[in-house]
Amino acid sequence: MHLPVSVAQSLTLTLMLKLLYFARLREVLGVANEELVLPANISNVTGLMASLAARGGVWQSQFDGSTRIRAAVNQELVANSATIQAGDEIAFFPPVTGG
Amino acid sequence: MVKVQHEDFDAGAEIAKLRLSRPDIGAVAVFIGQVRDINDGSSVVSMTLEHYPGMTEKALEDIVAQAKSRWDIFDALVIHRIGTLQPADQVVMVAVAGAHRGAAFNACEFIMDYLKTQAPFWKKEVTGSGERWVEARDSDIVAKARWDQ
Repeated sequence: MHLPVSVAQSLTLTLMLKLLYFARLREVLGVANEELVLPANISNVTGLMASLAARGGVWQSQFDGSTRIRAAVNQELVANSATIQAGDEIAFFPPVTGG
Repeated sequence: MVKVQHEDFDAGAEIAKLRLSRPDIGAVAVFIGQVRDINDGSSVVSMTLEHYPGMTEKALEDIVAQAKSRWDIFDALVIHRIGTLQPADQVVMVAVAGAHRGAAFNACEFIMDYLKTQAPFWKKEVTGSGERWVEARDSDIVAKARWDQ
């Protein structure tokens, strides 16, 4: 069965995560943002970080727990145990230094 | 009210607006943070503030709402600048108006302590020996934690 293109697109969109990287993390990774299909076995921030670390290289050194990284889900600061679902906007960044 | 902006601000005008907003104000507590010309032993040439558009405003609004729920204050103003700043430039202003000084002082300090640890801003400095990201300070986490006890 062929779905109309618009339906197929919206189905794809609902399965996507929007990832954002800020400050030193953005510079080290060389990426400011990306869209990712939520892997079926991932339900929280810790799981997502592990899958990013599995990319190897700088991703591993930033997301394997050896670097202090904070996370926000849908623009709210969360603990790494926070659950995530398709459609979420998830941001990773170093501890904040404003003020 | 919360403002995140590139432009400088006129602290005097902002205080006057807040102070005169209602006649039952008896106290206005104000904090202004500015760029220092030295940090961790290095001279600072300039500093660039990055933030997370959308989340920043929400985080600041949430901090102000928490302050209002904890203390008997009438209103609070937070202005935070972004972009590239020079030593002696103003970075941040918090002003709290209430009936009495105790609540105004406390709420002002609370807002700054939470802003320092919860609001998504990051500073990058240009020093005499190159660029560097400013490291978060444990003392800021301790300062925030005393409000959670």
